[in-house]
Amino acid sequence: MTVTEIPAALGRRALAIFATLGHSAGFFVGLVRSTPSGLRRFYLTIAQVHAIGDRSLSIIAASGAAVGLVLALQGYNILSRYGQAESLGLMVALSLARELGPVLTALLFAGRAGTSLTAEIGLMKAGEQLAAMEMMAVDPRIRVLAPRFVAGIISMPLLGAIFSMVGILAAYVVGVVMIGIDSGQFWSQMQDGVDVIKDVGNGVVKTVVFGIATSFIALYIGYESKATPEGVALATTQTVVVSSLSVLFLDFILTALMFSKP
Amino acid sequence: MTKRQTETLVGLFVVLGMLAILFLALKAANLTSFSFDATYPLLARFDNVGGLKVGSPVKSAGVTIGRVASISFDNKSFQGLVTMQIERKYDFPTDSSAKILTAGLLGDQYVGVDPGGEDKNLQPGDTIKMVQSAVILENLIGQVLYSKAAEGPSKESTNKK
Repeated sequence: MTVTEIPAALGRRALAIFATLGHSAGFFVGLVRSTPSGLRRFYLTIAQVHAIGDRSLSIIAASGAAVGLVLALQGYNILSRYGQAESLGLMVALSLARELGPVLTALLFAGRAGTSLTAEIGLMKAGEQLAAMEMMAVDPRIRVLAPRFVAGIISMPLLGAIFSMVGILAAYVVGVVMIGIDSGQFWSQMQDGVDVIKDVGNGVVKTVVFGIATSFIALYIGYESKATPEGVALATTQTVVVSSLSVLFLDFILTALMFSKP
Repeated sequence: MTKRQTETLVGLFVVLGMLAILFLALKAANLTSFSFDATYPLLARFDNVGGLKVGSPVKSAGVTIGRVASISFDNKSFQGLVTMQIERKYDFPTDSSAKILTAGLLGDQYVGVDPGGEDKNLQPGDTIKMVQSAVILENLIGQVLYSKAAEGPSKESTNKK
């Protein structure tokens, strides 16, 4: 390899990244534009909410319960050292509503629903179903992509709220039922410290943003996948990696915007 | 699976999600204490507002009657100017006093209003004249150390020698 090839390879890589970014932005605009027409057949969206939301419910609830249980046990260990075991409810509710609920739901959502979206779209493309639709003058973005996109945006906030709720209830089981913290203190400290708009509201906003991001990434990667078995396999992997990383970075940006002021 | 079954399941899912949001708002965050009642402003000048924050409660007899709306520095009297929004249904006599108290030993600070005995009530925008500033723990410790030092070496320390 000559010396000039190194910057050339670097430049090629950078150009490819910019091209993907620009292309995906164009795809996003097209997707948002076709959403109103996609909503006209609302049953398609309902069927997708069933496929994305209902079927993710069990994994979301189970993970929420596990996180709530562990948070309560670990939090109790530390808080009881300072004689503040009653703030356990507050600690669990704040961490779930602000961060863990939205982020973990989005990560699970990317793994559970995002991959299936990518694989489905990728296989549709490999089977030339999308091309066949275009031949029949049916826009696959309206008929296939838009309902899935909307379903993802509808499902994510609901799943995130369910995650937080199950987590708080699980913490209640550990804290109050097993350890024996006073039930009144548990709830009143929580109600005193958790703000409806600042904590719960911002958490819901986060889940909506993550819902948009994860479903968009899953659809884009599926739609642009190579129409081969390897291409679909690679696309599913990419969906998990790209969505997880974007969720974590978006979370940092949103947290900095929402909670940087005390 | 029929269309109807799918729709029912999705409906249940949406209801469950809404319930979860309601649970977070009502049970975890207590939306019920969120008050939309009409309020009126009262002012108070403190030498030191301590750790008081915008949104801290204003309490009388332990009951929350309003919230701190703003805290600013009055450059004329060199005091902290605290504006409180009191719910309109509560009236206080003109000689009421305000002090900054702490919930528990290290808890959050709030404004406590003790009612006076005058017949006339404070009007919106009035200033509470009698105030007591926040107790700053560092100053308190400083005073204790200072008074100890002024007493001279105590008996205990001399006994140890």
